[in-house]
Amino acid sequence: MAERGFQVARLPGFATTAIIVFVALYLPIFTLVAYSFNASTSLAVWGGFSLDWYAKAWDNSQVKDATIRSLIIASFAAVISTTVATMAALGTTRRRAFKGQTFIYVMINQPLMVPEIVTAVALMIVFGLIKVWLTSIGMGGLTTGLGYLILAHSAFCIPFAYLPIRARLEGMDLTLETAAADLYATPWQTFRRVTLPLLAPGMIAGAMLAFVISLDDVVITEFVKSGGQDTLPTYMLGQMRRQLTPEINAVSTMLLGLTVVLLTAFFLLTRKKT
Amino acid sequence: MSPAEENAIRSSARTGWLLSLPALLILFVAAAGPLIIVVIYSFLTPGQHGNVVWDFSTDGWVGVLWSKDIFTGEWALADAHLTIFWRSLWLSFLTTAFTFLVGFPTAWFIATRPAKERALWLFLITIPFWTNLLIRTYAINEVLRKEGLMNTVLMGLGITDTPIEVLYTQTAIFIGMTYVYLPLMVLPLFAAIDRFDMKLLEAGYDLYASRMQVLRRVILPIVKPGIIAGSILVFVPSLGAYVTPRVLGGGKQMMIGNFIELQFLQGKNWPLGAALSMLLLVVVMAALLVYVRYANKGSSHG
Repeated sequence: MAERGFQVARLPGFATTAIIVFVALYLPIFTLVAYSFNASTSLAVWGGFSLDWYAKAWDNSQVKDATIRSLIIASFAAVISTTVATMAALGTTRRRAFKGQTFIYVMINQPLMVPEIVTAVALMIVFGLIKVWLTSIGMGGLTTGLGYLILAHSAFCIPFAYLPIRARLEGMDLTLETAAADLYATPWQTFRRVTLPLLAPGMIAGAMLAFVISLDDVVITEFVKSGGQDTLPTYMLGQMRRQLTPEINAVSTMLLGLTVVLLTAFFLLTRKKT
Repeated sequence: MSPAEENAIRSSARTGWLLSLPALLILFVAAAGPLIIVVIYSFLTPGQHGNVVWDFSTDGWVGVLWSKDIFTGEWALADAHLTIFWRSLWLSFLTTAFTFLVGFPTAWFIATRPAKERALWLFLITIPFWTNLLIRTYAINEVLRKEGLMNTVLMGLGITDTPIEVLYTQTAIFIGMTYVYLPLMVLPLFAAIDRFDMKLLEAGYDLYASRMQVLRRVILPIVKPGIIAGSILVFVPSLGAYVTPRVLGGGKQMMIGNFIELQFLQGKNWPLGAALSMLLLVVVMAALLVYVRYANKGSSHG
């Protein structure tokens, strides 16, 4: 036992540094949120509390369109990536290691390793080629639309959806499925009635992460989108070149709020029951 | 092994592949496959208005380090490119070093909290990690700007009379990257410290080691895998950063990511852009290989 007043795990200055880090981590975000309620047009002077900038953002058709577009893309990307990630997780866990499994892991985690700007440039080139080809065979109608963005987002969301689902599968009790099989359930019935319900929290967690990741993406969207296809983040990035008003803060605060709600739900879902 | 068993194994592998197929297909079309096209594009000739002409050329790769004089057609070492590479490496290194310097005490602090509090502190570190990178960068922009929080406080305290103009400098990019990538350093450090046996500290102190000696000789060597993991996790995205230098560097202080974009937009030199992308990818992959090697070593120690 250590003596009173001498705590072994205490290192001088560490706690102070940590507190400063936490303050520094949150102060900029709080400032940003606070200024979204500023009545003044200036980002520098506090002119009293007001919700004007939220009203302005709400009335701004560009913001509204970008928000709807972001939500559509994120919803599709979350559903698609979660579906294929669930299948891949079922295919790569709870069976004897097979040839090519490492290749599948590497492919699934690939979006986490390649710098976003590289993927962005690559997709811009490839989608450009596809569009030229589609036009040349008389299917020019397919060169617009959100399909390209949804495909790109689905791809980089797969590893984020895969990880919680796989973790859930690996922690699952096999005896329940064996019991179902013993009771003459067909493999499909076992999957539908036993595996899937047990897996659901992992899938919901995966879908939420995918949704958040898609909602936050700037770089890949910026390079893949065609004209007039701004999502909320690319719209904000474009605005940051111009004169800034607290409207950007209001939009940021709303996006921030949505993310925090989803993340809190995610943590509650994946929390280990102790 | 009986033929029946062999069959079962084979069919299990086949099911594994079939179930993974849709994910692999999407990833091939919209993530891994396009990288092959980038390699091809790096060996083509730039078109007049961007894009490429399908003529083989190594100029894209030569252009990484040398640039051709428009009038004489002679190749000369491109100082501007070297400046950008050096800036990218230097800022990424500084960011990694500084996030470690402040991230280590933070991770230690979290790991030594009572078990009940620990989850909350971890959650507080994780929230910024998952929130929009653009928003966090913009928040730093607001703090650093001429009439922003930093200058208001400094001038209010009388430390300076005139606002310090940090925005659109390398310092701003460094501050921004440290801010946005800090959680990536803290999380693996926490994981390493969390496994650290605090009894080793008592042993150290019992043998009359000073705090500094315990830190250097006992703690740091044991949490080394966490330090390496954190460093790579910060260094890799720093090197490929695009949003942070764009918002805080104001277009003048480019890093590789912005330089690549430039080749595809105003620069109209797609092969050079493609070559630069591949170069960045190779450097990042090399860093990740080092990480994988260390991570495997770490886990074999238990």
